[in-house]
Amino acid sequence: MVGDLIHISDKALDTQRVTELVASPAAGAIDVFIGTVRDSTQNKSVHRLEFESYDSMAIKEMAKIVNKASEKWPVIKMAIHHRKGVLDIGDVAVVIAVSSPHRKAAFEACQFAIDTLKETVPIWKKEVFDDGEVWVAAHP
Amino acid sequence: MVKVKLFGIAKDIVSASYFETDSGITVNHLKQRIIDKHPSFSDLRSVLVAVNDEYALDDVVIDENDDVAIIPPVSGG
Repeated sequence: MVGDLIHISDKALDTQRVTELVASPAAGAIDVFIGTVRDSTQNKSVHRLEFESYDSMAIKEMAKIVNKASEKWPVIKMAIHHRKGVLDIGDVAVVIAVSSPHRKAAFEACQFAIDTLKETVPIWKKEVFDDGEVWVAAHP
Repeated sequence: MVKVKLFGIAKDIVSASYFETDSGITVNHLKQRIIDKHPSFSDLRSVLVAVNDEYALDDVVIDENDDVAIIPPVSGG
């Protein structure tokens, strides 16, 4: 069910559960990408991140990524779960899991998914520092 | 009138989560209006418009019942 495989949540993501969602007897590989909150950016200490999402469109754009990946690689199942709201250092911001018959396709499809997500999915993150805050990648 | 949703830095620039505009204008016209009114938008890496949850080209005409949003540069993941 797409409703399970593609999800935006304001609660902590469950990496194990996302992995289980793509399990299949036909799978020889499951590749999982976990994006986590880093404590610094360009030598500046980060306190927390705040994610905002345009949920209805973000879900559609994530579904497009799954469809496109499935056209390019023999993907059995792909799940994309993204967090929104306030995240602390070490928190999981995104989990992408891909199953396929062999590992190469799983690796490649997973990388494609996270790279494309960062370019097309309408989700925004704000880094909060000691002395201010900045919307990531907003300016050239 | 059409309600235009704002997210991320767009929300901060306008200091609101949405604004209203006339229907019947094009996406390009909407972009011009918001840049004219809030010049900070021209400093952004990009300003895109979504109509009914899809990225819309400049010549798309905005209808009364469309779901419209300003999409500043995304930064998920």
